[in-house]
Amino acid sequence: MAAIEASGLVKTFRSRKNVVKALDGIDLEVPEGSVLGLLGPNGAGKTTSVRVLTTLMEPDAGSARVLGHDVVKEADTVRSLVGLSGQYAAVDELLTGRENLWMFGRLYRLDSKQAKQRAEELLEIFDLTEAADRTLKTYSGGMRRRLDLAGSLIAHPKVLFLDEPTTGLDPRSRIDLWKIIRDRVAEGVTILLTTQYLEEADELADSIVVVDHGAVIARGTADELKAKVGGERIEVVVHDPDETYRALELLTASLGVTDPEATTLEQHSRRMTLPAPGGSEALVDVIRTLDAAGIRIADIGLRRPTLDDVFLTLTGHEAEQKDQA
Amino acid sequence: MSTTTRVNPVGRALSDAGVLAWRSLKRIPRTPDMLIYATIQPIMFVLLFAYVFGNAIPIPGFPGARAYREFLMSGIFAQTMAFAVASASVGLADDMSKGLIDRFRSLPMARSGVIAGRVIGDLVFNAFVMVVMVICGFIVGWRWHNGFAQALAAFAILLLFAFAMLWVGALIGLSVGSAEVAASAGLIWLFPLTFLSNAFVPTPNLPSGLQPVAEWNPISAIVAACRHLFGNPSPFASPTGFPAQHPVLLSLLWCLVIIAVFAPLAVRKYRHATTR
Repeated sequence: MAAIEASGLVKTFRSRKNVVKALDGIDLEVPEGSVLGLLGPNGAGKTTSVRVLTTLMEPDAGSARVLGHDVVKEADTVRSLVGLSGQYAAVDELLTGRENLWMFGRLYRLDSKQAKQRAEELLEIFDLTEAADRTLKTYSGGMRRRLDLAGSLIAHPKVLFLDEPTTGLDPRSRIDLWKIIRDRVAEGVTILLTTQYLEEADELADSIVVVDHGAVIARGTADELKAKVGGERIEVVVHDPDETYRALELLTASLGVTDPEATTLEQHSRRMTLPAPGGSEALVDVIRTLDAAGIRIADIGLRRPTLDDVFLTLTGHEAEQKDQA
Repeated sequence: MSTTTRVNPVGRALSDAGVLAWRSLKRIPRTPDMLIYATIQPIMFVLLFAYVFGNAIPIPGFPGARAYREFLMSGIFAQTMAFAVASASVGLADDMSKGLIDRFRSLPMARSGVIAGRVIGDLVFNAFVMVVMVICGFIVGWRWHNGFAQALAAFAILLLFAFAMLWVGALIGLSVGSAEVAASAGLIWLFPLTFLSNAFVPTPNLPSGLQPVAEWNPISAIVAACRHLFGNPSPFASPTGFPAQHPVLLSLLWCLVIIAVFAPLAVRKYRHATTR
């Protein structure tokens, strides 16, 4: 049985000025114990999907079930089975970490003693014991997210919804949070995670669904998506503007690129990019080739495909430009 | 879900409201500035009206300088309770913009829990403000004359009124986007409402066209009921009208009507409340 199933979800928002189709027929299926990454730019429909699946919003059309329970007809049951951690770190700023967790525990129907005990356990797991008696106002962004996530785990949910869990966090906090999420996966929790970062989906998700304009535009594993985008690319800037064409010619031959369309060259910045299926070996290859030809390198690097590359390939437009749909 | 237990819906609603009220009360001492402003404003009104405007406002049928202060305090009490609207609207709008309402709505809790908890917490807060007001009233020379039991009944009506107004505030708070908007949306209509009542000016002194409006105004009903129970001067433009004859009954009716209209609306709004 799939832990999360959704079919044909439609949700339209109307305001005085315009009508926005936030969801335009989304289908999802997340097998039990797996992680699905919902990838897309702002306004693509990621958060709306999560809101429908966590019973915060009723869809205009379509249906969804979580652990076999309909999110509209059995909303109360669904709420007791899932955990939600949002992108805004929804915790009470004037309460301490311990008080926040106790409160959420009570609201998950634990008695006062059980709620206290669970709060202690979670503070321990999330490395917040030292900060437990400070109000949330004094917490860093990363600590807040950790507490927010802890709050969603109180009732040992089998299904967890994480709406952009690391957006706006520094790299260190992001890696900490990834570890915590992986530990939940190891416990067999099913996770639906939304993110704007391909890297994050790559890191955590078993399969990825790419959404844009409220519709699914691609699905598959991270590797399958990257294969579509074309994998890693190598970026070279040569020192002398007169040598760009010769350099590109040499590298195309040496890297065995058969499709000239797959390479790019910006003459004004003396920058060229080529597909580099060999990864770091290609890097060594490029340096050797150019060195042997006596061409000086100003800059060189490997670039992994980003969300922009995925979007560029799949939709022909960049993710960033789509900010407000 | 081995750790969760099934309870009946009423028990669950009460327990959730209790937890959320605990939350509201925990927050009060951590925002001391709010406490200070909430009490300074009514104290300022007492002083301004008692010593500045009061001398220019005669109370028909009650001569003497102290009559106005006796008259004034019930008006101040009712106004202070009416302004409870703002604490509920600002509090809920703030929770909404911070995503806390979403969090609560994703939990298996009673739909009334968040608002009920807020209302109970704010009620305790307002009871405290009321104590400050009573002390202030005593200092400027206000007294009750019909015994402690009647005075207690008046305070109960005032708190019931605050309770009713908190549901109005809850609806406003859940309908607007931010705490800043909630603060003005919660208060702006209250100024004409309190000034078009018997709170500060005796209704016989008002233009005759406004007199019926001012006498049927819910705030006037609360104020008249309190004056009646405290034994303070309570002049009416039409002394034989229903508001003058049955002040306590009318005040209770108004409170019940407000609660009956706004409590279901607020809970309904909460069900569909969305941050974005």
